[in-house]
Amino acid sequence: MTRVGQALVVLWIAAGAFAPVLAPNPPAAQFEFPYAPPMRPRIIDADGHWRAPFVYGIRVRSLIERTYEIDTTRPVPLVWFSNGRFVSTADPSTPLLLLGSDAINRDVFARLLYGARASLGVAIVAGVCALLIGAIAGAAAGYAGGWIDDVVMRAADLLILLPAIYIVLALRAVMPLTLEFHQVFWLMAVILGLVGWPHVARPVRAIVASESRREYVEAARAVGAGPGRIVLRHLVPAAGHALITQATLLLPAFVLAEATLSFVGLGFPDPAASWGTMLLEAGRNVRAVSEYPWMLAPAVAIILFVLGLHLSAGDGRRGEPLTDTSLGAK
Amino acid sequence: MRSSLVRRIIRRLFFAVLLVLFVSSIAVVLARLAPGGIGEDLLTPPEVRARIRAEFELDRPLPVFYLHWLGRLVRFDLGTSFVYGRPVGELVRDRAANTALLASTALAIATLIGIPLGVLTASHRRGILPAVVRGASVVALSTPPILTALVMVLIASRTGWLPVGGMGTVWHLVIPALALAFPVGATLERLQAGATTETLRQPFMLAALARGVPRSLLVWRHSFRASLVPVLGIYGVIVGTIFSGSFAVEIVTNWPGLGRLMLDALFARDVHLVAGCAVAGSFFLAVGTLAADVALSLVDPRLGEST
Repeated sequence: MTRVGQALVVLWIAAGAFAPVLAPNPPAAQFEFPYAPPMRPRIIDADGHWRAPFVYGIRVRSLIERTYEIDTTRPVPLVWFSNGRFVSTADPSTPLLLLGSDAINRDVFARLLYGARASLGVAIVAGVCALLIGAIAGAAAGYAGGWIDDVVMRAADLLILLPAIYIVLALRAVMPLTLEFHQVFWLMAVILGLVGWPHVARPVRAIVASESRREYVEAARAVGAGPGRIVLRHLVPAAGHALITQATLLLPAFVLAEATLSFVGLGFPDPAASWGTMLLEAGRNVRAVSEYPWMLAPAVAIILFVLGLHLSAGDGRRGEPLTDTSLGAK
Repeated sequence: MRSSLVRRIIRRLFFAVLLVLFVSSIAVVLARLAPGGIGEDLLTPPEVRARIRAEFELDRPLPVFYLHWLGRLVRFDLGTSFVYGRPVGELVRDRAANTALLASTALAIATLIGIPLGVLTASHRRGILPAVVRGASVVALSTPPILTALVMVLIASRTGWLPVGGMGTVWHLVIPALALAFPVGATLERLQAGATTETLRQPFMLAALARGVPRSLLVWRHSFRASLVPVLGIYGVIVGTIFSGSFAVEIVTNWPGLGRLMLDALFARDVHLVAGCAVAGSFFLAVGTLAADVALSLVDPRLGEST
């Protein structure tokens, strides 16, 4: 199961990283079919003949009810590696819509891939921020002890106690409400990192504090290593496993935070695709989604990614997000 | 021992007051520093803007504003909301009660489902049911409330089994409470399973078994009592988790709670309302963690002695 989880995570990150190549269409391009159903690539045509992979075009049956039917008279062959895209159709008027289209005629599959890019990008950058701040703060607290330890760890305790989403919400909402894509990206990443670091600092502090009493640290000190070198080269690596564990707990929380922020309109600006903005589009018209279930693709994507991380973290017992570090009575 | 417990509670109360003060102060400062604000659009004539800003004391410098706000907070006066034109205290009390109803229902559901299932999966390691429960837990941990709520709203709107939004009857509570309860219940199940496994391995369990205590009594009574401490320890954290989760759920299911109010207040730059929500939110958080802590101290008297 651990392997399955890791595969899921790697798959999604690759999907985001290679989105411009993998997506058959640009994420913001609008075609002529709102809520078009997903297309199935075929190799056998309606007459039972084998042919190179192709899709059938779609024909509007009723524009008012937005129902479509497959146009079996018009097979459109798929072309590979053209225009820098892995796969697309030969005919630009019949785009390849693997997951159908949304309310304003955009390719849901392409948006899902670009959404992975934005959502996972934010989560990973935020994760790096949280790990950096947390490792430095935790190592400083654990190695120095005394009042530095007190101040840092009290601050961490307080941040952990507060409901994270409200801090994120408040910090985001006091910034200008409309921002550019890259501004939102970095702002969100930094905010999430600032909220997430205590979850890293706590285990790091505990490990550093106990490790710094071990003989090898004494030996390093004896051969003249300074505190900076001891902490960076000996103590932080000792906490490496804890860092990875916390990262697998923080990433799902960050992906969700992005989704929640975008869902309430404080996330990425409109034409940009992220899993959160796609959820928002699905949530805007609940009735439509029950007719056009492919609008739920971002929800499935989030669940699969989070599940993947939980599985790769090992036994589900450790899996509760953001609450892991305080299991014991304090 | 009693006196140490009382001392611990008093210390915790002091901490709770500090928490409320700290959180609401941050909220006031952040909300005042936010760009844009009441009457700062181009359509409002300058003299009207000045009058509005004077009415809400927004023309005063931040320190003065903050001290005035603090002075009124001591008298339980949270000011007036610009958006709603009603006293903030009233608004916040109604909405906080709704959130509290939702959160406590979810917590009750999660406890009633998660704890027994946890004991079950730990005491019967083989068989289909424990495996199913374990699998379901991992999946439930991965399905955040915002998604569960959204999917349930979709199903309900398609089938008409449940009302999809707002608040009114008990049925309106089902979707948001269940969505909130799933991941928490799974957390409790995993934790209880871990704690039960741990206690069943203790020597005193073997001793009790040897003396002829029936196995079911051993599992459900003896080991259960011993596993209470680690499980209760998580409740203080869960209060915050549920609070976080309820924000998204309130938005999706249109539940008129504190989260919605806070969001509207932030968008409208309604400083008094933002601060009021922060007061109410941190108050509930403080009460929740305090209650969890007291419960923990009652179960495990050693904690009261050590501090």
